[in-house]
Amino acid sequence: MGTAPVTGGIDQIEAAKKIKTGLKNSTKEALAGYCFLLPNLVGFLVFTSLPVIASLALSFVKWDLLTPPAFAGLKNFVQLFQDRFFWKFCWNTIYLMLGIPLGMIGSLAVALAMNQKIKGIVFFRTTFFLPTICSGVAIFILWRLIYNPDFGFFNVLIRGFGDLIHVPLEGPNWLTDEKWAKPALIIMGLWQGIGGHNMILYLAALQGIPRDLYEASDIDGANGWQKFWAVTWPMISPTTFFIAIMSIIGGFQAGFDAAFIMTGGGPNGSTTTIMYYIYNNAFQWFNMGYAAAISWFLFVVIFVITLLYWKVAGKTVHYY
Amino acid sequence: MSGKRVQTELEKSRTRRMQFDILKKAASYLVLSVGTLAMVAPFLWMLATSLKTPGEVFSYQRPWWVDWVPTSFVWQNYVKSWEVVPFARFYLNSIIVTLLTTLGQVFTSSMSGYAFARLQFPGREKIFLGYLATLMIPSAVTMIPVFILLRFLGWVDTYKGLILPGVFTAYGTFMLRQFFMTLPKELEDAAKIDGCSYFGIFWRIILPLSKPALATLTTFTFMGTWMNFMWPLVVVNSQEKFTLPVGLAYFQSLHHTDWTLLMAASMMMLAPILLVFIFNQRYFVEGIKLTGIKG
Repeated sequence: MGTAPVTGGIDQIEAAKKIKTGLKNSTKEALAGYCFLLPNLVGFLVFTSLPVIASLALSFVKWDLLTPPAFAGLKNFVQLFQDRFFWKFCWNTIYLMLGIPLGMIGSLAVALAMNQKIKGIVFFRTTFFLPTICSGVAIFILWRLIYNPDFGFFNVLIRGFGDLIHVPLEGPNWLTDEKWAKPALIIMGLWQGIGGHNMILYLAALQGIPRDLYEASDIDGANGWQKFWAVTWPMISPTTFFIAIMSIIGGFQAGFDAAFIMTGGGPNGSTTTIMYYIYNNAFQWFNMGYAAAISWFLFVVIFVITLLYWKVAGKTVHYY
Repeated sequence: MSGKRVQTELEKSRTRRMQFDILKKAASYLVLSVGTLAMVAPFLWMLATSLKTPGEVFSYQRPWWVDWVPTSFVWQNYVKSWEVVPFARFYLNSIIVTLLTTLGQVFTSSMSGYAFARLQFPGREKIFLGYLATLMIPSAVTMIPVFILLRFLGWVDTYKGLILPGVFTAYGTFMLRQFFMTLPKELEDAAKIDGCSYFGIFWRIILPLSKPALATLTTFTFMGTWMNFMWPLVVVNSQEKFTLPVGLAYFQSLHHTDWTLLMAASMMMLAPILLVFIFNQRYFVEGIKLTGIKG
């Protein structure tokens, strides 16, 4: 290798280099790139991108997995728009999202409190984060007990309060009463969410507000209330907007685990969400095509919200 | 306005501000203390119930706070809940599934993240865009075809079916890529000059520098997989492959009103999560700030 012919020009030197390292550097880098990417890319293609395409195809067929799939054209989507259960479950999903603004107010209040120079901040942050960390089946079973009308924590407390003011008080049948099942899930969601991710995002936003803005408003003689609305609120509005959008996107896909464990979607379908309906259609009744159609409806809704977010947020760019 | 009056005005406003600060602090402590009570109370209720006798759960006493302390601490509930259903098996399954999913995800995501962040190859931007595009696709969309695929492969009701679909996520790749982009390039250039291979750079420079991001992804994936209910519910149908959440739901369906046992079992399901959380707390906070979303 060492004796490259002297007669050649640059071309030959290049060629000699090529022989020396085997490959051009950029080719080597590209090869390395593909090698690093490959394991993830294969899995990504098999379990994410191809299924997305397959799901779209599925939404145009009727298939129960036992008999061969039959092409159905737009029938699934027509059925979707005529299915009054579907619209009821859409309404349930949106109703349950009432918890979002309430939770955001709570998260902001907690973040404001934690933003004071306070002792034991780590302790408070930990306890407030506990319910978020422990979400899941165990917590839903716990809340089923808490909502028990006879000996659950809430109704015992309500009864105790009644004793205190000498009025016989009885709490509702939280999870078995159509009127109360959704509020019950919302209350539980508030407990889980207030001290969680949103609170930490708010806290980070509050800590990012420059001190001198407050000093300037001090000099102008603003009181605490005015400072909040004139400085704090506008400064954290991108965070508020981000949290709201993310929560709405999450809200459309939420509600399966809790309802499955606590109410089974009842009473009378009052806690069945879109996600629960997809699960039932796909894995209980094996209407694969119809379930895929609903999931695409969900996707389109989320897509539109995301686009809106990018359009509006593009003007007040904030990256997290 | 004379100088003296200005001074008194200033002093007045300063004392007013100090009073307000004290008030604000007091309000903050109040909010946080009441909040902490509300956050912790359900857990204490859970612990108390898990140590009661079955009869004690159903009878409520007056005044209400008497209910909080079990009369006799029935530690036996914890033993019994392991006997009623194959809880040890569920535990083992959850550990296997969670460990393999987490390891697999951190491993493949860090490799692909490195490729996207640092290596030049044809089609890189397009493929990355493809990854980004799937970030907002709801899990419901892919879940149905993946289930059909697993059924076709005969992987329904297997560990493969439980684990593999959770290993390759666009989210992990995206998050690590974002982090790798922030690392200084000088070290890598120096290593390259010293003749270090790409894998050497990845292994000896990138990964050690990325410990916080890796820890964050590990924590999120661990928690997410440990708690995941819907996918195991869909994929698995034989009892010996149940993970803890599905097992617990199954337990509930069998013993709907055995509250003491249910609470004991729930406590045990939460224990590892609490441990992970307490030791990795700061990674949660960092991770949330880094990506804005939960894993």
